[in-house]
Amino acid sequence: MTATAAPATVSRPARTPGAHIGPDWRNGLFIVPFLIVYLGLLIYPLFWGMWISLQQYDMFDQSAIFAGFANFKRLMGDGIFLGTVRNTFLFVLMTVPAFVIIGLALALALNREGRTGATLRAVFFGASVLSVTIVTIIWKMMYLPGIGLISRALGVVGIAPIPFLTSQNMALPAIAATTVWWIIGLPMMLFLAALQQIPGELYEAAALDSAGRWRTLWSITLPSITRTLVVVVIYEIVAQFQLFGQTLLLTQGGPNNSSRSIVLFIYETGFRDWNLGYAAAASEILFLLMAVAAMVQYIASRRREA
Amino acid sequence: MAHAQKIVGRRAGDRVILGAVIFLAFLWVVPVLWVLILSFKANSELMLSTGSAFRLPYTLKNYADILASSGVFRWFFNSVVVASLNTLATLILASLAGYGFARTEFPFKNVIFVLVLLGLAIPEQAVIIARHQMFTDWKMHNTYLALILPGLSNAFGVFLMTQYFRSIPMDIDEAAMLDNASRFKIFWRVLLPLTIPAQATLGIFTFLACWNDYLWPLISATKPEMFTLTVGIASTQTNFAQSEGLGFLMAQAVFAGLPVFIVYLFFQRYIIQAVAGAAIR
Repeated sequence: MTATAAPATVSRPARTPGAHIGPDWRNGLFIVPFLIVYLGLLIYPLFWGMWISLQQYDMFDQSAIFAGFANFKRLMGDGIFLGTVRNTFLFVLMTVPAFVIIGLALALALNREGRTGATLRAVFFGASVLSVTIVTIIWKMMYLPGIGLISRALGVVGIAPIPFLTSQNMALPAIAATTVWWIIGLPMMLFLAALQQIPGELYEAAALDSAGRWRTLWSITLPSITRTLVVVVIYEIVAQFQLFGQTLLLTQGGPNNSSRSIVLFIYETGFRDWNLGYAAAASEILFLLMAVAAMVQYIASRRREA
Repeated sequence: MAHAQKIVGRRAGDRVILGAVIFLAFLWVVPVLWVLILSFKANSELMLSTGSAFRLPYTLKNYADILASSGVFRWFFNSVVVASLNTLATLILASLAGYGFARTEFPFKNVIFVLVLLGLAIPEQAVIIARHQMFTDWKMHNTYLALILPGLSNAFGVFLMTQYFRSIPMDIDEAAMLDNASRFKIFWRVLLPLTIPAQATLGIFTFLACWNDYLWPLISATKPEMFTLTVGIASTQTNFAQSEGLGFLMAQAVFAGLPVFIVYLFFQRYIIQAVAGAAIR
């Protein structure tokens, strides 16, 4: 396309006020507004954050002294922080498979035309538009013993209330379930979009071979949506690593730190205790963990494709 | 014959699956209905037992109380201002940059584009401490600008718009250039109108993300009159179980959730298309 256009520029008289094909530094002006915000509010604080993570802040007058990797060393020996890393990994392990399996199952079941499909899709996606604050209010009213609907329902069957949010073993799974309820709509929609890209002929061929439901799923559907599968897994890993609002509002990280996440740790250390250097160091570790997790996933998926 | 049987079996299987999904959808709706019912119950009754939710009488008193005394209106207003301006500014910045990257040539373009793409990998938490310090130094916390600006540094919009601009045939620009139009004029008059679908996708995404954002508004807006709806509703959640105003709290949650939900019901088709559209890209 550009090849055919090039002669046109040549034949035009030079130095016209209008635009021309080819490089011109003034074209760069289009990206300048974004670039300013991007450099100022993302790149600059990224590097400054790294610098802060090497400082020791005085709790009282907020003066800082360079401390090298002292914050990182301390984190490695901090039981509470290591606990938050463990909790965050557990949370990712609980939610990401659920997002993939339930999301794909819903997409397969709801990949149909007509009102029923549309209504059901709207139901499952609907909760995603709610904010974390409202979602946690809703789920407190489900979980709280005595008050919550779940304990009421169990009471009808004669089962004692389960203290979901105040039990060390139940708190994190309860938060995970809430999270799946909340944002299952996104993976579902991503899978639906991918399913609709699969050419119908493939299924017709499978039907002629009278391949069963499972066989069709394994040998046609799944191979056709590998790319989306990878996108969903990486996206959800990155998103769920950032667990924050649900645990702050449902359990405050408790009981006994059993549901405290890395981001909650960063928030509390940085903005409640004002221990900025320590919080920044924790945020660098989170950044690293997320990058590594996403990279491993990506490389693994590449290898499978090759 | 066996083939026909298989088809019949498949139909029955479809029914079973649909039934299961409808049941699951019912479970999905129950928590919302529960909160909705509670919001119509008198606080004194709920104090005794939430089981009373299934019995008459119901009341509108909780909603009347909100109208009489609640920060909800102010927070709602703040959220509207912040989310709208953030969305508008994101659309402007992303469209300009997307056009620049996709359809023009300038020195170091590809290098800069890669650097911008790398920004997609930077999570908010990795910058939030320094960012908070910056706004402290500028004495800008508890302002609308502080709530709007940080979101604009997200590179997702630029990425999306660049992809979209690339998908438009180049002849369009070339024809306009022959008419001696300036670059900006080509962008503004000729190409921007063609990107409306992408604008809608990005706009919906940005608005929802900003409306529901929690971490940054929580640490930046510390004065109740500057809370966004998300932060404000969260601030009322303390002493939840002991609260005498359980019904009031529920009414507040419904009141806060309803506008987004109504918008969702109205624009549902577009929102779902937007998500799907972004997925394919």
